[in-house]
Amino acid sequence: MKHDAEFLRHLYRRMISIRLFEEKIGELFLGGELPGFVHLYVGEEAIAVGVCASLTDQDYITSTHRGHGHCIAKGAKIGPMMAEIFGKQTGYCKGKGGSMHIADFSVGMLGANGVVGGGYNLAVGAALAAKMRKSGQVAVCFFGDGASNRGTFHEGINMAAAWKLPVVFVNENNQWASTTPYRTTNNIEDIADRAKGYGIPGVVVDGNDIFAVLETAKAAIDRARAGEGPTLIEAKTYRIKGHFVGDPEMYRTKAEVQKHFDENDPLKNFAHKVIGAKLLKQADLDAIASETAREIEQAVGEARQAPYPDEAELFADLYVEGVK
Amino acid sequence: MKKMTYAEAIRDGIRQEMKRDSAVYLCGEDVGKFGGCFGVTAGLVDEFPGRVLDTPITETAIIGSAVGAAAVGLRPVAEIMFVDFTGVCMDELFNQAVKMRYMFGGKAKVPLVLKTICGGGVAAAAQHSQCMEAWFTHIPGLKTVMPATPADAKGLMAAAIRDDNPVIYIEHKQLLGLGGDVPEGEYLVPLGKADIKRPGTDVTIVAWSWMVHRALAAAEALAKDGISAEVIDPRTLVPLDKDAILASLAKTHKLVIVHEAVRTSGFGGEIAAVAAEEGFDLLDAPIKRVTAPDTPVPFSPVLEKAFLPDEGKIIQAVKELF
Ligand SMILES: Cc1ncc(C[n+]2csc(CCOP(=O)(O)OP(=O)(O)O)c2C)c(N)n1
Ligand SMILES: [Mg+2]
Repeated sequence: MKHDAEFLRHLYRRMISIRLFEEKIGELFLGGELPGFVHLYVGEEAIAVGVCASLTDQDYITSTHRGHGHCIAKGAKIGPMMAEIFGKQTGYCKGKGGSMHIADFSVGMLGANGVVGGGYNLAVGAALAAKMRKSGQVAVCFFGDGASNRGTFHEGINMAAAWKLPVVFVNENNQWASTTPYRTTNNIEDIADRAKGYGIPGVVVDGNDIFAVLETAKAAIDRARAGEGPTLIEAKTYRIKGHFVGDPEMYRTKAEVQKHFDENDPLKNFAHKVIGAKLLKQADLDAIASETAREIEQAVGEARQAPYPDEAELFADLYVEGVK
Repeated sequence: MKKMTYAEAIRDGIRQEMKRDSAVYLCGEDVGKFGGCFGVTAGLVDEFPGRVLDTPITETAIIGSAVGAAAVGLRPVAEIMFVDFTGVCMDELFNQAVKMRYMFGGKAKVPLVLKTICGGGVAAAAQHSQCMEAWFTHIPGLKTVMPATPADAKGLMAAAIRDDNPVIYIEHKQLLGLGGDVPEGEYLVPLGKADIKRPGTDVTIVAWSWMVHRALAAAEALAKDGISAEVIDPRTLVPLDKDAILASLAKTHKLVIVHEAVRTSGFGGEIAAVAAEEGFDLLDAPIKRVTAPDTPVPFSPVLEKAFLPDEGKIIQAVKELF
């Protein structure tokens, strides 16, 4: 394995942050502390972290309704994320967005999205801006298997391919679109096959293996940065949690889910590989995990204490005031 | 009569029409085995094999294909999971579904029901909480239905399916669990007929969907202060039962309109215009509107509470007229 220990620690910190953050969110939600509804990224950590590892803060991503993992992977801070999900003034969006609408433009995270398939063309636009400004930036669009059936998939990828824009489309094929199994709404096994129709590379990768994701994503990101246009990556994974927290999951068995988790948990895969290659020790991973758990506890404590937005906030940030 | 929830009543209306007419089918995301995002269509997939279709996430094709199927003789009930997603299929609705008949000189008919759900109060934030009925009422050729009670939900669904025109049928999240008496057997509520939800003599409150219930709560409180409010639920915004509103104004001479949708260009403005144009002499006070402010729906529950019209805001508006 060619990665140094520091980099591996970074990867693990991001993945375990997502895992523990999501587990905490699930617990808080079931405890009645969180308003609205939340979608968890458990089991898909290797995709966001593996892709974002080859991006800088200047690069962009667009995300989905299942966006907490993308935020953390892109370098967003846990404190303001937690506060946002609580609906507090100190949240990333001053409590006006919530779980489905967290954004941190300072690290290139252009926002989670409540509209499935809403992200493609935003990423295409960010990539267009990068190309027009010759900035060398890359945009990545994360999207689900369900989202692959939106018309925007075709429109966005076609334009990006025709214009050779620096954008990478990362499909998270977790086999489910809410309650609907992937193969009941798609007539192909691999979404990546569609790339052929746009004249761009289409690659299938094991989304539960961060090293495979890293390698595939890096090649696609380098290619985009070099001006050679988009790539469609399909990362195969499995949605371990319900569609949303509280989903009764009548459409599948607990045993099926458990089997996937036992066989494919991306964190276990990672630990197995790095410990096996003697690059990190279990104790290293445990130390990172407990440090992360503390950080999350602190974020929860702060979010609980934080004030709700003032009523006047309702009218703030609708229009930009003044003219330039 | 049978006690049913609003959700069960919608299902009963669909079931009634699916039994009656084999041309009726239901399609949408997760509507089959799962019974819809809110459980409204639960069980229909087993009752009507082959006529309840789980679609991909593809609103454009859901409505586009429904338009095509309707134009050649089927009667689709096509669901868009949240009204907020109708933007995705807007062309299929406003340029295809409703233009066909007129543009082709009366050759086609498009008996399609776009079934969807609106509304806030559940911290679902800016893209899952909106009330967009004014978008639809601004499209000539489309009918807009917004039931507030279980009985209306059943009867209006059945009438919408039986109507030969495109109809958008908008449910409300807050009402799904609301119980009430619903007529058993065949039941239809004609489109274009308002319902007086509470009779009164001093002020007319026009409200629809969830806001009917907030208006009724306000009317109850106002009664204790000696103000008798009449609550009128138009039930369908297009066609609008102007006569019912004007008849009420002839009695009360005061009009307050309540809607959850944002204020500017909301349907309340249309009702106010009807009152001003056709009932000017009946009015002896300015018309009042109680609406959400002109902002997106905020996530944080404290902000959403400030955003939504409620009993207190309605009472205050009414009292300003006395
Ligand atoms: C345009 C649109 N249609 C439908 C929905 C409702 N919805 C939210 S998530 C979801 C399933 C998405 O599945 P997928 O894209 O595979 O993402 P996953 O949830 O598996 O991450 C649906 C149907 C929506 N938010 N937006
Ligand atoms: Mg999926």
